[in-house]
Amino acid sequence: MDIKDIIKPENLVYQKTPLMTDKTLSYCPGCGHGTAHRIVMEVIEEMGIQSETIGVAPVGCSVLAYDFMNVDMVGASHGRAPAVATGIKRCWPEKFVYTYQGDGDLAAIGTAETIHAANRGENITIIFINNGIYGMTGGQMAPTTLEGMKTSTSPYGRDLKSMGNPLKMTELLAQLPGTCYVSRQSVHSPRNVRRAKKAIRAAFESQKANKGLSLVEIVSNCNSGWKMEPVASNEWMVEHMFPFYPLGDLKVDGKLVNNQ
Amino acid sequence: MKELRLMKGNEAVAEGAIRAGADGYFGYPITPQSEVMEYLMAQQPEKRTGMVVLQAESEVAAINMVYGAASTGKRVMTSSSSPGISLMQEGISYLAGAELPCLLLNVARGGPGLGTIQPSQADYFQSVKGGGHGDYQLIVLAPSSVQEMFDFAFLGFDLAFKYRNPVLMLSDGLIGQMMEKVELCEQLPRVTHFDRSWTLTGKPDGQERNIVTSLDLDASRQEIHNQHLQEKYRQCKENEVRFELLNTDDAEYLFVAYGSSARICQKAIQLGREEGIKIGLLRPITLWPFPAKPLSELAPRMKGILSVEQSAGQMVEDVRLSAGCGVHIEHYGRMGGMIPTPEQVLENLKKLLITK
Amino acid sequence: MAKMKGAIVVDIEKCKGCEVCRVACPNDVIAIAQEVNHKGYHYAYQEHQENCVGCANCAVVCPDGVITVYKVKLSD
Ligand SMILES: Cc1ncc(C[n+]2csc(CCOP(=O)(O)OP(=O)(O)O)c2C)c(N)n1
Ligand code: SF4
Ligand code: SF4
Ligand code: SF4
Ligand SMILES: [Mg+2]
Repeated sequence: MDIKDIIKPENLVYQKTPLMTDKTLSYCPGCGHGTAHRIVMEVIEEMGIQSETIGVAPVGCSVLAYDFMNVDMVGASHGRAPAVATGIKRCWPEKFVYTYQGDGDLAAIGTAETIHAANRGENITIIFINNGIYGMTGGQMAPTTLEGMKTSTSPYGRDLKSMGNPLKMTELLAQLPGTCYVSRQSVHSPRNVRRAKKAIRAAFESQKANKGLSLVEIVSNCNSGWKMEPVASNEWMVEHMFPFYPLGDLKVDGKLVNNQ
Repeated sequence: MKELRLMKGNEAVAEGAIRAGADGYFGYPITPQSEVMEYLMAQQPEKRTGMVVLQAESEVAAINMVYGAASTGKRVMTSSSSPGISLMQEGISYLAGAELPCLLLNVARGGPGLGTIQPSQADYFQSVKGGGHGDYQLIVLAPSSVQEMFDFAFLGFDLAFKYRNPVLMLSDGLIGQMMEKVELCEQLPRVTHFDRSWTLTGKPDGQERNIVTSLDLDASRQEIHNQHLQEKYRQCKENEVRFELLNTDDAEYLFVAYGSSARICQKAIQLGREEGIKIGLLRPITLWPFPAKPLSELAPRMKGILSVEQSAGQMVEDVRLSAGCGVHIEHYGRMGGMIPTPEQVLENLKKLLITK
Repeated sequence: MAKMKGAIVVDIEKCKGCEVCRVACPNDVIAIAQEVNHKGYHYAYQEHQENCVGCANCAVVCPDGVITVYKVKLSD
């Protein structure tokens, strides 16, 4: 069969969602940010809520997320996305509000805003991209950086004694009564992308049902910051990040999942 | 029939906000302004008008809640006192950069640092000369009575939306805490129409989505944005200067004072005139834009001008810039939460401008 | 039994040559070109088009969303 006979509109099975704009992504080759953006937009498309959704972009590599996500969006200052989302949601309780935040943003400078938004049970969705590093500013240590991991501000590896321990924000947030759905996923393989998308769908559904804060952490690569080829960075992530940040649901329907 | 009430300044501004049709308040407790949120919570504006009131986890969170809420096109506000306002500066700069309207209230106290809880006017520079980073201006209103605390909630929201810019009410612990008679006006309806040219309401089908941001990584476009802001500020300077004159017709000496200091100066004028010293008062109501022109017109007629502030002398710089050379200009003030008496003000006018 | 026959279209000007799709393809369809696009990236292309089953794995993991997938059912 000729390829021309296959490439026909009626045979289309996968195409970039129109909820992603046509702008070329500003991310490094192979960076998980792009995939994460796309599946968030696919969920919004599938739920038919584009016209009722307002997104909050953080400061970090995804500072320009609003250039790529085709919904009403606002850029927050570093770490404050959950507070910004709170302001929006309190004004538009009937609309869908989500933040998209890196680990420096969510787990360092914005820890207070994140914990308190969760603790109030703000009915918003947080997409949390944990790449264990400050990507945007050139690969400095983040609270999530693993023990011994080399970054530009921990050039000899993270020393727990002087630099503190890697912070599992998602586990912490799952403990709070204000969170309803909490999950940790990744987007490095087709199977994981599909699972992550299901989790994001569950998070938005939980928002729709007014159940409180929902959060999906996506353990992701920062091949530039980690100084690796994209494919190698994904392999390194599987080997080193996943044992410390295990994938799966942590909380479903307000109840902690036990087998974590 | 007039609706009169005896109220604290902090309560009056809260009542004013409700009646001005505010949609949201986000704040964090700090003396001497905590009554603003306390009054709002007690009033249950969610039931009265549908207004949302939320106690944030910090001033940083509060100003960012205001930022998010303002991006929806609703009328939102926060209040704090000096240290809390310092903490908000990054967010205020973002609000100005993204051109979001909102009402901010500083019931100022003495500094620097944790300072004191007593009234002060030492946040003038912070209020009118930026405060946060970048080239931006706040419209700054200075209430000098409890009535104005009420009235300026209305004026503040009007100006904020007219210019799509944050408006700051720079009050102080004296005006915030004192009780006076207030004439209340009727409840305005909350706004239900949102201008899709800039507000976030969710992208309507078939229309472009909106982006609210202060970021543009392209320097040439960022410069154009800055030029646009400067043009807006120029128009604001042209149209929004507000001030009050008292006894200036025959005055030989002039006080320039705002807020609680203006109240003290009124009494000092009376005392001075009893001794035959003809003193008048120029009270800036907008600290930015500063009433430079009226001051420059009055100045040549004066033997001397005394800028009276509860600070080491901040507004006096603008007084000097506006009045020009050739006039004798001095500053008198007390600091750290101390309030000068009318007698001290008069005495210093004599000492600094007459006997010298 | 019905057999699937697929085809992919890579927007080569937007491809960044990260190879994530190549690794994800179960049938070794994708390779990275010797040539570069206008941005200077060695782009992905279907080296063994005949092996494609249209599973969309490559498109689903492509961070830049530059792969479109088509599929037809062949009955034998
Ligand atoms: C108040 C403030 N402090 C510091 C910065 C500089 N800064 C920009 S992004 C960033 C870290 C971002 O890291 P992360 O949130 O992990 O996002 P990533 O780039 O890794 O996706 C920092 C420190 C800033 N923009 N604002
Ligand atoms: S620096 Fe890291 S996080 Fe940022 S775009 Fe590049 S790979 Fe992604
Ligand atoms: S995953 Fe996408 S960007 Fe990367 S090589 Fe394949 S087609 Fe190109
Ligand atoms: S659709 Fe499936 S088989 Fe075809 S190239 Fe992509 S991953 Fe390979
Ligand atoms: Mg990061």
